[in-house]
Amino acid sequence: MNQESLWSILINASLVNNFVLAYFLGICPFLGVSSKLDTATRMGGAVTFVMLVSSICAFGIQAVLVAIDAPYLKLISFIAVIASTVQLVEMFIKKFSPTLFRALGIFLPLITTNCAILGLALFQTNKGYSFVQCIVYALGAGAGFTLALVLMAGLREKLELAEVPDVTKGTAMALMLAGLLSVTFMGFGGLGG
Amino acid sequence: MSHAVEAARPAQTSAWHMYRAMVSVGVVCGLLIVGVFQATLPIIERNKAEALRSAIFHVLPDATTSTTFRFDESGGFSVVKGESAGMPQVYAGYDDDHQLVGLAVEAQGMGYQDVIRLIYGYSFVDETIIGIQVLDSKETPGLGDKIENDPEFLANFERLDVSLGEDPSALARAIVPVRHGNKTHPWEVDGITGATISSKAIASILDGSAQYWVPRIRRNLEALQGGE
Amino acid sequence: MAASTKSSTDDFIKGLWKENPVFVQVLGMCPALAVSNSARNALAMGLATAFVLVMSNVVVSSLRHFIPKEVRIATYILVIATFVTLVDYVIQAISLDLYKALGAFISLIVVNCLILGRAEAFASKNTVARSTLDGLGMGIGFAFALFSIGAVREIFGAGSLFGTQLFHDRFQDWVVMILPSGGFFTLAAWLLLFNWVKQRRTKTQGDSTLALSEGAAR
Repeated sequence: MNQESLWSILINASLVNNFVLAYFLGICPFLGVSSKLDTATRMGGAVTFVMLVSSICAFGIQAVLVAIDAPYLKLISFIAVIASTVQLVEMFIKKFSPTLFRALGIFLPLITTNCAILGLALFQTNKGYSFVQCIVYALGAGAGFTLALVLMAGLREKLELAEVPDVTKGTAMALMLAGLLSVTFMGFGGLGG
Repeated sequence: MSHAVEAARPAQTSAWHMYRAMVSVGVVCGLLIVGVFQATLPIIERNKAEALRSAIFHVLPDATTSTTFRFDESGGFSVVKGESAGMPQVYAGYDDDHQLVGLAVEAQGMGYQDVIRLIYGYSFVDETIIGIQVLDSKETPGLGDKIENDPEFLANFERLDVSLGEDPSALARAIVPVRHGNKTHPWEVDGITGATISSKAIASILDGSAQYWVPRIRRNLEALQGGE
Repeated sequence: MAASTKSSTDDFIKGLWKENPVFVQVLGMCPALAVSNSARNALAMGLATAFVLVMSNVVVSSLRHFIPKEVRIATYILVIATFVTLVDYVIQAISLDLYKALGAFISLIVVNCLILGRAEAFASKNTVARSTLDGLGMGIGFAFALFSIGAVREIFGAGSLFGTQLFHDRFQDWVVMILPSGGFFTLAAWLLLFNWVKQRRTKTQGDSTLALSEGAAR
């Protein structure tokens, strides 16, 4: 039984152990997604939502697996659930908000291979969080992911106008930025204690 | 007309092919996983048990054998045979004469970076903690991770006072962290310069755990001494 | 005959350098960077990923006529997840210590875009032999890339390599290298180096082509 306080979990997931800047999860969209602030916010929102749903499902699956004593099916079931969740979310958004669907475009299916979502499910299972703790964890992780994405997009937007050496253009520059952001976020250490 | 019939047939076969592919692949994969799981299970269990035993004997140096006890509020301590049954449980250590040497207790709590897991040894004769071992920590390398190896810091836990007070349901004095070099009482934990939060975390984890376990252990000493 | 031998060694070699998954394609770093803070962890992670890659390539390739294209992605993921689960248990059995260091990131190999990418782009369209070579090449290239990141981080961040101290006691560890930021910086540095080498190569090639064409014109 994990005894971390909800506040501690929230701060930890979003700042101290930010999924992108501390665990390197979700880098693919982080680096590959276009450097527009707008897209970043939308992507972040979509990821947070999928994280929330997946977190709840993962909690349920883990309970079932423990009951039937089949821990080895964890990975396969998590992946299956995440993939299905994304499909459902896509269909749901398509039906109820076509504008949002068009705005998100290709990002939605990309979320399936987003390491951050699976990482979330695995971490929370390893830590043995309760249902409420899982929800807070998912919200915190999503918020942190969105924050990192937004900061990154904002910085890259500015960089487009700056003069940088040819060798650094592209991914190398993005990675150095990420490194600097990561160092900054280290300042949050100890906040969750 | 013939076109429609020809078009219908491939669609039908395709669905069957889909099911066939997924199900057969699924079954083979399932068998593979279960097979490897069963094969590695005894090895993994053995490794885990060995790691636990070595940790127990590290914090209870005079012990040669150990028994696991489960605890519940109504029944007190009862022996756990075979595999561990999940918390809450403690590990009693006995020497060659089957005398109770002390108890090893696992505890965890939030550190600077992430959760720290540790095990500590409690000696009821001296009413002190006689040693700790950090099992799992993600503290800052070079700074916070000194809690694992720094000999000066670990010396704190060779005789850390956890005696019970007038009211036997709580410690006489809580375990408190102090700044490096300011330790004057046996229930204080001398911190590490540059790793204040990690040191404080250790003190608070130990305090939380001892406050819970020490009164209960003392109340049920006979049950623990008898085990083995 | 000569042409086919060339293509099979090519299948293997391309993964090592020209199409190195990390440094050139910039694929599949996600789950791996977090555990690349020491040479041992990085190498173990790289080899585990390589193993899953080769096995999944072999299986996908041998079943390529059996799996209808509508369910191919789902089946690939099922196969990959199976091998990752296997690797997870095997590592637990081999070394609890290593398993504690790598943790949940072993399971995250399953979302490594590299493996699914190779299955889709290559293994599903080529023979088992070629797919195996492709998997081996890419896998070793990936492991090599991860190792170079891990080694640099460990050498500068802890003054050691595989645990053995390299420097004098007074060497001040660059702790930042062990931290996540160090991972970003190291990968960025390697990419920079690669880009620079590539640039110089195209420049010298361009110069020599220019010289050739000028000579031909004369």
